[in-house]
Amino acid sequence: MNRLLDIQRLSVSFGGLHALRDLNFHVDEGEIVGVIGPNGAGKTTFFNMISGMVRPTAGEILFEGESLIGLDPNQVTQRGIARTFQNVRLFANMTILENVMVSQHCRTKQNAFGALLNTKGFKEEEAEIRRNAEEVLGFFGTRLVGYRLEQPASVLSYANRRRLEIARAMATRPKLILLDEPVAGMNPKESAELTGLISKLRDDWGFTVVMIEHDMNVVRDVSDRVVCLDYGETLAQGSFDEVSNNPAVIEAYLGRPLEKKA
Amino acid sequence: MTTTAELVTKGAFDLDWRKVARLGGLTALGLVFIALAGMPVGLDSRILIEKYLSLGYVSLLWLSLIMGWLMGKETLLEGMTATRKSSRDAVGGACVGALGGLGLAILGLLINTFDLRDPLVNWSPQTLDILTFGGGVGVVVVWIPICAALGAVGGALHLAPPKVAKATIAAILTVLMTAIFATFIVDVVSPLDFLYSKNRELKLGWALVLAAVAVGFVFSGGGQQLARVKADYHNTTGPAKTRQTAALIVVSAAVLIIIPQVAGKITQELMANIGIFLLLALGLNIVVGMAGILDLGYVAFFAVGGYTTAVLTSPNRGEDWPGWFPTLPWWGALMVTVVVASLVGLFIGAPVIRMRGDYLAIVTLGFGEIIRILFLSDWLNGYFNGAQGITNVPPADFGVFEVKGTDPRSVFYLVLVFAALSIYVSWRLEHSRLGRAWMAVREDESVAEAMGINTVNVKLAAFVVGAILASFSGAIFAAKVGSIFPTSFLILVSIIILVIVIVGGMGSILGVIAGSVVLVGILGGPKQPGLLQEFSQYKLLIYGALLVWMMLQRPEGLVPNVRRTRELHQDEFLQDAWLKGQVDTGEEEPAVEGGEVR
Ligand SMILES: Nc1ncnc2c1ncn2[C@@H]1O[C@H](COP(=O)(O)OP(=O)(O)OP(=O)(O)O)[C@@H](O)[C@H]1O
Ligand SMILES: [Mg+2]
Repeated sequence: MNRLLDIQRLSVSFGGLHALRDLNFHVDEGEIVGVIGPNGAGKTTFFNMISGMVRPTAGEILFEGESLIGLDPNQVTQRGIARTFQNVRLFANMTILENVMVSQHCRTKQNAFGALLNTKGFKEEEAEIRRNAEEVLGFFGTRLVGYRLEQPASVLSYANRRRLEIARAMATRPKLILLDEPVAGMNPKESAELTGLISKLRDDWGFTVVMIEHDMNVVRDVSDRVVCLDYGETLAQGSFDEVSNNPAVIEAYLGRPLEKKA
Repeated sequence: MTTTAELVTKGAFDLDWRKVARLGGLTALGLVFIALAGMPVGLDSRILIEKYLSLGYVSLLWLSLIMGWLMGKETLLEGMTATRKSSRDAVGGACVGALGGLGLAILGLLINTFDLRDPLVNWSPQTLDILTFGGGVGVVVVWIPICAALGAVGGALHLAPPKVAKATIAAILTVLMTAIFATFIVDVVSPLDFLYSKNRELKLGWALVLAAVAVGFVFSGGGQQLARVKADYHNTTGPAKTRQTAALIVVSAAVLIIIPQVAGKITQELMANIGIFLLLALGLNIVVGMAGILDLGYVAFFAVGGYTTAVLTSPNRGEDWPGWFPTLPWWGALMVTVVVASLVGLFIGAPVIRMRGDYLAIVTLGFGEIIRILFLSDWLNGYFNGAQGITNVPPADFGVFEVKGTDPRSVFYLVLVFAALSIYVSWRLEHSRLGRAWMAVREDESVAEAMGINTVNVKLAAFVVGAILASFSGAIFAAKVGSIFPTSFLILVSIIILVIVIVGGMGSILGVIAGSVVLVGILGGPKQPGLLQEFSQYKLLIYGALLVWMMLQRPEGLVPNVRRTRELHQDEFLQDAWLKGQVDTGEEEPAVEGGEVR
């Protein structure tokens, strides 16, 4: 299998705090990798680093064999990595359709002149953007389409906001999609449904998926491989059963009552 | 939406005394402030209704009426008790007015006793004279009953049947507007001259006729018909709406083309000025309203446009320009101006665009001043003539007709062409890939970047488009005025353009048009007179008051942009969705309703 993402000895510190320390990590094309770890383990920071929002202090990130270090977030997205945010960050006052249209920016190229002269190319591209947007939104059934298309994102329920975040990431046509706690705040029925959709992201859409998740049922059901982080270091990796039975992992989650209280 | 507030009846003197004290105090303060700002004296010579009413007195009378009305105003809330409207409202209004009148009376007595003319210029016998109607000091007391009566009328508006209240307001406004805008009205439709005496004072008889006409209009249901037409337009969708909109645009264009033909110089000049500021405001609207970049130094691009055109067309430009430097006709200079403005936009934009929010605002403020000071400086005196400016900018010659300051009509037509162009540009860009990227950047810059938008590039694009539109305005301004001085580009211009955009409605093209018409047309630009010429001295005061009032009452602007309304009124919007049964419970929609995709 092709190595899509290869991370070597990645470190970052905020002041004195080592959020990530000498992290090695890799993703192969077509994999679904679950990232778990207690709160504050550095999982979100890890995503921020891949997507270029935080600069690492040391280490290397290779995507399809090329380094991502020093690229701006938009360049990373252009290369084919999209992400969602743990604390949902939609464009709340833009409509649902606009949210998904705007994230196709880096895959389209009509400039101001096309718009001013209303050229054929411009019209075709607009139609294409709209078609893509509706296709991506259709991935979630009828929840985000119909009259909803023209509603602002701020009227959506929490679960639908999470879905729209995923749709927005999908619309950038990535190779690798990073999901930060996609089912947080959903009820068991909704998260079971989304679990199915995550598999489909790979099977039908051909995306490779890295997913941070606290819900172990979801992690078990979709992950080909699980990586556990703690204090910015890899504690264990392997199949879900291997990792969940690893004593170090169990200790990280359960075994430090004194520190947890602190 | 109907609310079912529970109504209780209260006695006429069972008032909310705290509210009375608060509003009464405000009225008194307001009246004293107006008196000491010199409005009554300054505006007394402007007679509105022959022999009976001067603008000076109007400046003292309106406040009690409005405050009296406010006294009786109550927001009906679901499940809360409210008071049934009764004579209590009139009594409340009267009390508020009386307190206001008391304030004026005390001011009169104080003016008579102490001399504070040193710090307060209008602490003067003239002010006292107005307050006493030319009589003895004791007469000031009549302000108490006068204001009380006005307050009572204001309060009583709540009691009257809605039609009567509407008719009263319509009558008052019609008479006042006809009187205040006398010069303008006669300038547009000269036959209406008969309404006024020779000093443009409305004749009492005609004032009464106008009031009657207004009342008749309201009672014949004219207002409702207007509202119905508007609602119809609002509710149509699809191709029918497109057709109606197109018709509306054609009609407005025709009206705009015809008015300057029939109207006189004053109107033409006014329309030209509105157009020049509209161009500026449209440009700033792209920068601030669409891309969310708070640019406080926007006047810089206006200046660059003006100076570039002047330098390229005038024989009186500085002496240090090399001999080969061309002198071009206006339209040739315009091409160069656009290029120069874009380059300056890039040059200023590149360093500041990486900053965010307040920092960016401060830095652009600085750049705005730097550009003006450069034009003023000794260092570049050989190029721009410093404070003397560049004079003798020739008219814009198009062969068929010439655009020059002495012919405001030609200026207006030129401005109209460019305004139409700018509106088209704004409209097309708003609904394009670039426009959506601007929206996203305005909403959340870091997320926009993570979604693949090169935020630096799109923000620079906004800056450059804004600069180009401002340079159009500058080029026309140069041809219109015929000379360009650094003092035409004070920071005040930036502020006024920003106020136009804010008051009109950020991000809304129609709003910006409304803002320019209301602010520049009625109040006037930084140096250009508006319809209310009498108020030009108090222009900034009124601008400020208007801005504060808008921020409190209608922060989304006169004709708001949808997105911005959503942002400022999210709760109400959610309520609305809930009432329409479109509340999002997160459940799958039944296929019938949501399945169809346009
Ligand atoms: N920008 C920042 N500045 C300073 N400290 C930060 C910053 N971002 C993250 N941290 C710190 O780095 C550590 C890791 O945070 P991170 O958000 O990556 O945790 P996480 O594993 O995603 O936790 P959770 O499961 O709660 O989402 C935390 O201690 C956090 O406080
Ligand atoms: Mg996290």
